[in-house]
Amino acid sequence: MNNPIQNLSRRGFLQGAAGLTLGLSLPAFAAKAGAAAAQAAVAPFEPTPFLRIGADNTVTVLSKHLEMGQGTYTGLATIVAEELDAAWPQVKVEGAPADAKRFNNLAFGPMQGTGGSTAMANSWDQLRQTGATARAMLVSAAAKRWNVPAAEITVREGVVSHAASKRRATFGELAEAAAAEAVPASVTLKDPKDFRLIGKHANRKDSFAKTNGSAQFTQDVHLPGMLVAVVAHSPRFGGKVKSFDASKAKAIKGVIDVVAIPGAVAVLAKDTWTAKKGRDALTVEWDDSAAFKLGTDEMRASYQALGQTPGLVARKDGDANAALAGAGKVVSASYDFPYLAHAAMEPMNCVIQRTADGLDVWNGEQFQTVDQGALAAMFNLPPEKVNIHMLYAGGSFGRRASTKVDYIREAASIVKALGEGAHAKAPVKLVWMREDDMKAGYYRPMFHHRLEATLDADGSIRAWRHRLVGQSIAKGSPFEGFMIKDGVDGLSVEGAATLPYAIPNLQVELHTPAGIDVPVLWWRSVGSTHTAYSTETFLDRLAVEGGQDPVALRLKLLASHPRHAAVLRLAADKAGWGTPLPKGKAGERRGRGVAVHESFHSFVAQVAEVTVAADGSVKVDRIVAAVDCGMAINPDNIRSQIEGSVGFALSAALHGEITLKDGVVEQGNFGEYAPIRINEMPRVDVHIVASAEKPTGIGEPGVPPVAPAVANAIAAATGKWLTRMPFRTDELKA
Amino acid sequence: MIQLTVNGTPRRVDVEPDTPLLWALRDTLLLTGTKYGCGTGLCGACTVHVNGQPTRSCITPVADVAGKKITTIEVADSSRVGRAVQEAWRKLDVVQCGYCQSGQIMSAVSLLNTKKHPTDADIDAAMAGNLCRCATYVRIRAAIHEAAKALA
Repeated sequence: MNNPIQNLSRRGFLQGAAGLTLGLSLPAFAAKAGAAAAQAAVAPFEPTPFLRIGADNTVTVLSKHLEMGQGTYTGLATIVAEELDAAWPQVKVEGAPADAKRFNNLAFGPMQGTGGSTAMANSWDQLRQTGATARAMLVSAAAKRWNVPAAEITVREGVVSHAASKRRATFGELAEAAAAEAVPASVTLKDPKDFRLIGKHANRKDSFAKTNGSAQFTQDVHLPGMLVAVVAHSPRFGGKVKSFDASKAKAIKGVIDVVAIPGAVAVLAKDTWTAKKGRDALTVEWDDSAAFKLGTDEMRASYQALGQTPGLVARKDGDANAALAGAGKVVSASYDFPYLAHAAMEPMNCVIQRTADGLDVWNGEQFQTVDQGALAAMFNLPPEKVNIHMLYAGGSFGRRASTKVDYIREAASIVKALGEGAHAKAPVKLVWMREDDMKAGYYRPMFHHRLEATLDADGSIRAWRHRLVGQSIAKGSPFEGFMIKDGVDGLSVEGAATLPYAIPNLQVELHTPAGIDVPVLWWRSVGSTHTAYSTETFLDRLAVEGGQDPVALRLKLLASHPRHAAVLRLAADKAGWGTPLPKGKAGERRGRGVAVHESFHSFVAQVAEVTVAADGSVKVDRIVAAVDCGMAINPDNIRSQIEGSVGFALSAALHGEITLKDGVVEQGNFGEYAPIRINEMPRVDVHIVASAEKPTGIGEPGVPPVAPAVANAIAAATGKWLTRMPFRTDELKA
Repeated sequence: MIQLTVNGTPRRVDVEPDTPLLWALRDTLLLTGTKYGCGTGLCGACTVHVNGQPTRSCITPVADVAGKKITTIEVADSSRVGRAVQEAWRKLDVVQCGYCQSGQIMSAVSLLNTKKHPTDADIDAAMAGNLCRCATYVRIRAAIHEAAKALA
C-alpha cells in the first residue's frame, strides 16, 4: 500500500532555521561550532524544519522533543532516515530551538513540549513526510544533473544512483542542487514491508557522547563570566523570606553576591562549591504565616475519611450504589499512595543570560512554549526573544515539564535581581543541590483509594465502586481548562475511569481535597501510577474471592478490548502462567502475579515472579512483559524502556515515599529516598506484539503494571494483600 | 594552589583545600564528564579513579588527592579495559538519560581491572554504589559480561 499525502511545508517558511547559529560556547562544542561555521558558506539543504543535509554528507535531524533518556532522538531520526533512505551512521540529531510555530507538539496543539509519551505518535506522519520530501528533491536534482528520468533513480544507504548510466552521488554532493528544487506538493511514503530501519535494529544516537563524558547537560554549561547560584528555599511550601543575614556568606572568598527572590535567598559565586558554602552560611528568618503546615499522617487520615463519602462522579455505568446495597458478596479495600519525587539524577538547574534584546536560556527543555512564555512575561519581551538552547536532560520523568515553570522562573528571578549592576549581563547557572531538588515539591500527588465490589455466586463482578482522593495536577496550571471537566481532573482518574473490564454497574468518584498546598506534578505515567495499582490488585482479589484464575477472569472481562487481551495472553504464555514456579529455599515463599494496563494508547501486560523471605523481604526475580505500542519503530528501545520502567516502578513500590511533618519534607537525599540499586533489579523479558497500527508511546506505559503485578505475586506467595505504597514488608513476615 | 595529576597531566587548581575533587574537576578544569548527583557519596555519578582506585569525588577533598593520579571518564578510552567497556556500552545501548553513566563506566572499569570474569553477584557487589534512576541495570550487567568476553 502506498500513502500519498499532501505536503504542507513550504520552503520559504523554513529559511534561516537557526540550527547552525546556536553559538554555544560550551567547551566541548567549540571545535564543532567552528567547523560548522566554516561549512555554512554553502547553504545546507533544509527541505523542512526537521532536516538539514550538508555538503559534508551529514544528515541532521532536528528533534522538537527533549531527549531525557527515553530514546526520542533515536526514534525520530529513525523515521526520517527510513523515508530518506539515509545510511544510519551519517545521521545525527540536534535539539530544535524553541519555536512553537515550527516545532509544536501536534498532540498538544499550538505548544512545543514533550510529555504524555507523544513524541513518536505526533511526529510519525510529519517526519515520514520530511524524509520522503527530501528524498524526492534529491532524486529530482539528480535526474536533472544526469538528464535521466527520475523514476529510474534509486536511493539506498545515502547514495543516489542511476543503474543504466552507472551514475551515483552522495546526499552531500546533491544537497546544494536539491535545495534549489521545488518542494513537491505531495510525496509517496514507503510501504511498511520495505522498511529497512523501522522495526529493525538502529543503535542509539546518543550512546557515544554519553559513554565518554562529552554529552552536554545543563549542569555542564560553562560560559565566560558565568555565576553559579545556589539557593536557600523556604523549608515550608508557601513560606516567605522575612529577613536574612548574608554577612557570613559574603565573607567567603569567591562569593559575589547574595539576593532575595520570591521564597528564597540566592548566593552567587564563580563556582558551585563556593556558592553552596555561601548558601549554607546564610541565616534566614522565614515568614510562615501563609505556609503549608500539615503533615502527611494527618493528610492521610483526612483523605481516608473523605474516601468514606461520595465524591464527584467521573464515570457511571448502570447503578453501582444500588447493586452494592443489594445481594452478593461485598469485597472492599483501601489503598494509600505517598508523594513521590522524580529525583532525576541531574538535579534541576538552568542557565539564563540577558542579551542585548532578550534572553538566552540553556536547559533540558521539556515545555518550551510554557517556559518561553513565562520568561517573556517576566522580562516584558516578545516570546521569540527568549532563545532556548536545547540540551540533554539527565532524567526528568515529568519534572522538567513544570506547569508553574518553577525552577526556570527561579533562575530568571535571580538574573532579574542582579538588576543593572556589575553582573547584569552575566550568565547565571542555577544549581539545586540534591536536597534542594528533593525538598522542592512538584511531587506525584499523594492519593487514597477506596474500592468496593459485589460478587455474584458464580464469581462474576456485579458492581464496582472506586473512590479516589488526591490533589489535582492540572489545577492552577495552563492546562486546567483543557484537563478539568466538571471539577474532575482527568489526570487524577485516568486508568480508573477508563477501566476496560466489562462490569455492569461501575462508578468512579473523585475527591480533590482543598487547602493542600504541596506542589504536585506529572510523574512518569501520571494517574496510572496509582490507578493501575488499585484496580489491578483489587481485580486479583476479586478473582481469588470468586474462585477464578486471574488471567482467565481478565480475559473474560476484556472481550471488547482485544489489544489488552492480546498482551495479557502473550505475557501469560511467555511466563508459563499456570505451570508451577520452581520452589524457593527453605523458608522462602514464591509467587507469580499478573497485571495489564493501557496508558498513553499503549498496552502493557506483565507477569512478576517474586520470592518472599521469612523476614518479609521481597525479591522480584523476573518480570515478563508484553507490549503493544503500535508499530515498533526501534524494538530495542522499546525493550530498554520497559526494562527501565520496571526499575523505576520498583523503586516506588519498594522504597519511594516523600513525607511531610508540620509542612516540612523529611527526605533529602538518596539515603532516605532510595531508588533501587543493581542488586534489586530483576531479570526482564520483553515481548513486542507485531502491529501495523500507528506508533504510540513507550516512555511511560511500562511503569503502571509493575507494582500491581508484583503485589499480586506477593499475595499469591503469602496470601497477604499489600494496600500501602511503598510496600510494608513487615506485614509479610512468616 | 593545589597540584594535581589529572589524566596524566600536571594541573594546578586555585581552590580552597576543602573543595571536593568533583568541583575542582568540573568547575575549575572544565572536565564535566564527571557528574554531580548527591554530594554525599550515595549515587556514584562522580566516580573517578585515584591511583587506580574507584573514588567518589564528591566527598573527596581536593587537598587529599594532591600529587595522586586522577583518571576521569574523558580518558577512559586510553586503557584497553576502558575501551572494551565503552564499546560494550555502545554495542548494547546501555545508556538512557546518560547522566550517571560516566560513574557507571568508571566503576565497571575498576571491577574488570581486578576481576577478569565477574559473576552477576560480583557485578552487583561492585556496582551497587552507582545509582541509575533510568534503571539501566539489566544492560549494565550484560555490558560488563560483554566487555569481559571481549577482553578474554
